[in-house]
Amino acid sequence: MLDVKDLNAWYGESHILHGVDFNVQEGEVVTLLGRNGAGKTTTMKSIMGLVPRREGHVVFKGAETIDMMPNQIARTGIAICPEERGIFGSLSVTENLMLPPIVAPGGLSVNEIYTLFPNLKERARTAHGTRLSGGEQQMLAIGRILRTGAKMLLLDEPTEGLAPVIVQQIGRTIREIKARGFTVLLVEQNFRFAATVADRHYVMEHGKIIDMIENKQLEANMGKLHEYLGV
Amino acid sequence: MQAILSYSFSFFGTNVTIAALLGQGTLGLINGAFYACLSLGLAVIFGMLNIINFAHGALFMMGAFASWMLLNYLGIGYFPSLILSPLLVGLFGIFLEKTIISRLYKLDHLYGLLLTFGLALVIQGLFRNYYGSSGLPYQIPHVLQGATYIGFMYMPNYRGWVVLAALFVCLATWAIIEKTSLGATLRAATENAPLVQAFGVNVPRLITLTYGGGIALAAFAGVLAAPIYSVNPNMGDNFINIVFAVVVIGGMGSIMGSIVTGFALGVIEGMTKVVYPQASATVVFVVMVIVLLTKPRGLFGKAA
Repeated sequence: MLDVKDLNAWYGESHILHGVDFNVQEGEVVTLLGRNGAGKTTTMKSIMGLVPRREGHVVFKGAETIDMMPNQIARTGIAICPEERGIFGSLSVTENLMLPPIVAPGGLSVNEIYTLFPNLKERARTAHGTRLSGGEQQMLAIGRILRTGAKMLLLDEPTEGLAPVIVQQIGRTIREIKARGFTVLLVEQNFRFAATVADRHYVMEHGKIIDMIENKQLEANMGKLHEYLGV
Repeated sequence: MQAILSYSFSFFGTNVTIAALLGQGTLGLINGAFYACLSLGLAVIFGMLNIINFAHGALFMMGAFASWMLLNYLGIGYFPSLILSPLLVGLFGIFLEKTIISRLYKLDHLYGLLLTFGLALVIQGLFRNYYGSSGLPYQIPHVLQGATYIGFMYMPNYRGWVVLAALFVCLATWAIIEKTSLGATLRAATENAPLVQAFGVNVPRLITLTYGGGIALAAFAGVLAAPIYSVNPNMGDNFINIVFAVVVIGGMGSIMGSIVTGFALGVIEGMTKVVYPQASATVVFVVMVIVLLTKPRGLFGKAA
């Protein structure tokens, strides 16, 4: 579904990605693991066209997107939930939820999103986006892209800084949307969490993919993984 | 009522009656209407483009000229002009944004200010070259001639119309920005344009249309102003200095702030004419100094 080949990206003079290669099949949940600064977030942003300069190939559903603008890439059916969550403070919860335009049929209805995240429903009427707790903001950031009909979701560290009970809720959500046929590319620091949702893991270092581990073989590769991640 | 109106007091040796205060305050609303329309457009443009649009006064003037031209070259009257002139000048604004202004978004604010200041000079110069600077007359439309007694003064009908029309357009603009999904997209793009674009919104086009909309507001004010002031290339100059003060007092980028502050400063300015006429030209700037000293982000500005 998503085929990334020899992807390079730059911020000004700094060359961040040095030929990233990986792919995600339809219906898979795939994680990018790696230390801080390995280039995981930059990879996500590059897929979405959100870096000043990128080269190589990002082929989505058979179409090359490397020369497209971010809004055109979004219209092909990819949606991002950014690391900083990107909740708009000047918009109400409902406005935040309704902001991303529908890009394809088959997204979740607002009621289905409220069923996944009951807290959002309670907060929808009153609160402004930034008055929400960290967990609620994360639910809103995931919920709003489920509405759009985009079937390829880029989730950048959705569990960062959240309480264990909310991490579990997000884990359930990822399994639920996978069951509904969504494809997910997930950036995670917490590989214990990643192991509960993912099919495969790519390991990044210095702006490159250095290894791929099937989730089934994760136990057997623990030693290697600890070495990669330095934990 | 009459007793209240004729009550008078002395202020620094000036004899002030309540009737005069009310009268000048009401007339001040008319200037306030122009301040509100113009500062609203500036606020919308600043919020979205991060550009301080110094060409605003010149585009206001173009609105007045557009209605004069529509009347004298094509025989199109005042009321159609109220729609057509903002549309035409707004399109000209879109052309400017597409061809010139959009090249500056990655640079410092100062470049936008310099560029639009230069554009203002060019536009004014062109109009001065072709139409002179003495001013062209524009008749008040027939149905709005005359005056109406409103309890304490005779209000010229046209001026009453200006206040109501400007108030309506300002509130409609506010409602679009604060209450519609298009407005939500605009506000979101003001906060984090790249993310809004990554959701599939064509943000560059949104920016272009926002500039066109802000310019259309200025041109609308220009059409309203045409029958009151003579149509001349420098008519925007008198307003624009005060309008920048209004934007600063209201809070950069605040929508309701520009509307309320625009009207309020018109009234304050009018009343000052009664109480202490010498200060009427500077009172706006005195208010600006006081506001900046006490609330540096302006009355309606948000904390950083």
